[in-house]
Amino acid sequence: MTAGETKHPGLNLGSTDAQAHEAAGSALFGFWAFLMSDAVIFALLFATYGVMLPATAGGPTPASEYKIGPTFLETLVLLTSSLTYGLASIAMKHGAAQASIQTWLGLTLALGLLFLGLELHDFAGMIAHGATPMRSGFLSAFFALVPLHGLHVLAGSLWIVVMMAQLRIIGLDARVKINLLRLGLFWHFLDIIWIAIFSTVYLPGLIP
Amino acid sequence: MSERRDDPRREARGYVLGYAAALLLTSVAFALVRWPVLASTATYALVLALALIQIVVQFRCFLHIGLKRSTRDDLQLILFSSLIIALMVGGTLVILFNLRMRMM
Repeated sequence: MTAGETKHPGLNLGSTDAQAHEAAGSALFGFWAFLMSDAVIFALLFATYGVMLPATAGGPTPASEYKIGPTFLETLVLLTSSLTYGLASIAMKHGAAQASIQTWLGLTLALGLLFLGLELHDFAGMIAHGATPMRSGFLSAFFALVPLHGLHVLAGSLWIVVMMAQLRIIGLDARVKINLLRLGLFWHFLDIIWIAIFSTVYLPGLIP
Repeated sequence: MSERRDDPRREARGYVLGYAAALLLTSVAFALVRWPVLASTATYALVLALALIQIVVQFRCFLHIGLKRSTRDDLQLILFSSLIIALMVGGTLVILFNLRMRMM
């Protein structure tokens, strides 16, 4: 009966591994509480950005610095990585061959790193134009908010590497399964923060 | 019931559906800005509305947050966090915009 229950956010192990499913309930709820407090940090940086937006001090403006093409590409890459991570967690849940889980995780890692590369390229372009965090209040707020998301993606990518190693060395035991579920919450959460970033930072800055 | 939910094909379909919806919502938002057909306030409002819909879709399809009883704890935590966020963000914006208006 308890195996059929939904115990936590994210993909539930359910009847595929009743024991790990039981343990996952509190482990994932605790992680979810961390993610929500992380969301509060991001929300306040969004508010700071909103307030600082007109403070361009005669320097670069959103319209002069943001580019719609690269932003769209970054969004597609991050969205796709959420799908590949979802497929990795389904493979993990149903005890698929180690190779197939590793492939999905590797694909997610590659997309995460591609996202970071594209983002760094954008930032490098902005800095080359003189749009540095020191230039104006607007740019300070921008560089506090958007690269913080990038750092989260970097942390998530390192975490994927750790999980690929754990999977290889330890195999699919209950602890590794729960760690993969936690990483799933983190990765999908980053996707949601990015939606907020492109919808409140990039797109409004580009509306004529 | 639980066997139906633990069917891998069904689960994969959930993720793919969520992905397709996210792609559609994202593309519409970017297209509205790239090829403006509406006034800028209307575009802005629509972009925000699309983002909200997409956030709900991602919560539903990727994070599996439902309205079922057993998931109520997660939902309550999200709703409480949203309340805190709305108060802090709303409060910050109201106070600082008011301050700016008075300083002008």
